[in-house]
Amino acid sequence: MEKIYERVSFTSKTSPTGYCPGCGHGTAHKLFARALEHFNLRDKTVLVYPVGCGGLAMPWINVNVIGAAHGRAGAIATAIKRANPENFVISYQGDGDLAAIGTAETIHAANRGESITVIFINNANFGMTGGQMAPTTMLGQTATTAQSGRSLEEHGAPLRMAEMIATLDAPKYVARFALHDAKNILKAQQGIMKAVELQVKGEGYSFVELISMCPTNWKKSPAECANYIDETVLKAFPLGVFKDVK
Amino acid sequence: MEKSVLIAGFGGQGVMSIGKMLGYAASDAGKYASFYPSYGAEQRGGTANCTVIISDEEIGSPAVSKLDMLIAMNQPSFDKFAKKVKKGGSIIVNSSLVTSKVEDSDIAAFYVPANDIANDLGSPKVANIVILGAYIGLSGALSEEDGKAIIKKMLGSKADLLDMNYQAFDKGLQAVK
Amino acid sequence: MSKEFIKGNEAIAEAAVRAGCRFFAGYPITPQNEVPEYLSARLPEVGGHFIQGESEIASVFMVFGVAATGIRSMTSSSGPGFALKSEGISFLAGGQIPAVLVNVSRGGPAIGTIEPAQQDYFSAVHAPAPGGFRCFVIAPQNVQEAADFVYEAFDIADKYRTPVYVLADGMIGNMMEVVELPKMRDLAELPSNDSWRFNKYNDDGSARILSTYMPMGELMQKKNKEMAAMYEAWEKNEQRWEEYMVDDAEYIVTAYGSSARIAKSAVKELRAEGVKVGLIRAITLFPFPKDAFAKLDYAKVKKMFCAEMSIPGQYIYDVQNAVLGQSQIIPIQTSGGVILETDMVVAAVKENL
Repeated sequence: MEKIYERVSFTSKTSPTGYCPGCGHGTAHKLFARALEHFNLRDKTVLVYPVGCGGLAMPWINVNVIGAAHGRAGAIATAIKRANPENFVISYQGDGDLAAIGTAETIHAANRGESITVIFINNANFGMTGGQMAPTTMLGQTATTAQSGRSLEEHGAPLRMAEMIATLDAPKYVARFALHDAKNILKAQQGIMKAVELQVKGEGYSFVELISMCPTNWKKSPAECANYIDETVLKAFPLGVFKDVK
Repeated sequence: MEKSVLIAGFGGQGVMSIGKMLGYAASDAGKYASFYPSYGAEQRGGTANCTVIISDEEIGSPAVSKLDMLIAMNQPSFDKFAKKVKKGGSIIVNSSLVTSKVEDSDIAAFYVPANDIANDLGSPKVANIVILGAYIGLSGALSEEDGKAIIKKMLGSKADLLDMNYQAFDKGLQAVK
Repeated sequence: MSKEFIKGNEAIAEAAVRAGCRFFAGYPITPQNEVPEYLSARLPEVGGHFIQGESEIASVFMVFGVAATGIRSMTSSSGPGFALKSEGISFLAGGQIPAVLVNVSRGGPAIGTIEPAQQDYFSAVHAPAPGGFRCFVIAPQNVQEAADFVYEAFDIADKYRTPVYVLADGMIGNMMEVVELPKMRDLAELPSNDSWRFNKYNDDGSARILSTYMPMGELMQKKNKEMAAMYEAWEKNEQRWEEYMVDDAEYIVTAYGSSARIAKSAVKELRAEGVKVGLIRAITLFPFPKDAFAKLDYAKVKKMFCAEMSIPGQYIYDVQNAVLGQSQIIPIQTSGGVILETDMVVAAVKENL
């Protein structure tokens, strides 16, 4: 029989990723680990991890990790890459981290066109701390700090980071994918491959936003989460490639 | 021997450059020296001042409260700092721009029309070199040779200006004799 | 070695380069601007990197990232900037990442004044950030020491894998003095960081993880105990101070940094008048030079004076803690950018003879 699928060679066979059933983080990790393997980057990689659920896969991913403070990954990744251009630097961040407390670091790293790859997990809430409202929470979606649901008047509209970053001159590749079904996961894999390749070729900054599910805090089954993404989330966060500089 | 001087004037009068030249000259002469400027917002509006101390031993405060000497390049500087000069100290007054006279008989006053001298030499820019000459003539902290050496060093490649600067320096020396 | 007449902030910057610093990130704030300005031009000349961060916070984390790859790194700021950097300083300490921090301090609180002051003592020495850690803190009194201590700070940082905090002030940063700069270090001679730097894999191929997250209380406590043991080792081995005419002194003035050089002038003046007075200058602020005060003969010391440019006083608390009530300690203080004067110290001592 032909082998058509196997685990990424360097990831742990014994340590779990630590994510809840139905969570998109595990899928996102598999996708970028696959890209690292494809381009033979594992031994050059420095993964800048956020504060939040994003970092839970530390024992599984088995690449060098520098754990950032909440929101600071953009600055840390910038500097590591500048001082160590031979390293492959990924910043992996959630929406509280990248779009709330780390907005400045995110925008400025993008605007400087740092030669880093940013993977942004957007699951519309602060997951690790228990489901508080994020800048990406849907209008009407409930959160522990917006118990009647997010309101436009009080909280503003969901913040579209990919679109914002695509307005900047320096970024080379800015795109949004979703992780709620197989078709979208395959597209996301292609986008991540492209973003990784860009850094390998030394061509500049890339930003891949991944719409992800958080069954635990959304208080929905994984299947309900997938429907919610289709029916609601993707209306606020349309998928697409917003910038692709040849 | 430790000699302190506060140099004050408008921004653009070369106050900081006189101070630094004194420091460089003292350093080259193997002495201890400190240059302490007023810094920050002040450097962009109106007045500027710096304190220079030249000494044969380790310097204590670089911003002394009682001065051996004041160089007042303009009227506001004279008004503000004349009272900080010690009994027995001295004030070099740029009489081209300062109309007041030193009233304290315990303080030696030297009126040097630095801008007029510089204009007569054909370059308003050398007014600060006239003052440098006056300082060296009075303070005893540095020699004439130290002064001329630092002028030459600071001019660098602009050697064509050396003669005029030496003349300005000599005029300053003579003005306090 | 040749001597140069150079500004404090520039001496700090050049000394860092000569110590092997190859990365600096910072944000503009008076009175330390010449440090980043100088390094923005100088670091690229030696193959290093300079980044003007988008904020104080970003800057200190840039330093955290690069220092974690084993490259000697520094940031500088002044009081309000250190308030923002505190998060990153905590990460440097928690991650055991060697780095050098220079505070060219000014008067506060809040925006305060850009004029020199010593009002960041508690912040530097006792609480650089929440979390109960310490930095190694060293305080220069002139431009020569600013250069020397910054140079040495990189070695101390590497030796203990700790942030080292150089507490200067706007006077030292902005004055020019005659300085002999230290020699240029050959990077090949610096201690290797290969055993821990986080962009290198372990020999068995396993990954290195820099995480300051310690979810199990016992693990966090173990780390806290290890850090406490390091601080005790500093107290035992690294206390540094200067004594001037202390042997026969009946009156002791103590101060650190800029205040100490001013206090020393006062001691000289008083000695010339026959007053038996001496100076103890704290050089390391953490570890605090307790031994300098412990070994005094308090039967002979009539009174002590503590001079600092901070109201309310801060340094005086550590002095009291070292003197343990064995002598009266009279404060001599200015604050908010008002520079301590020799005459103030002389007058205070004379009033209390």
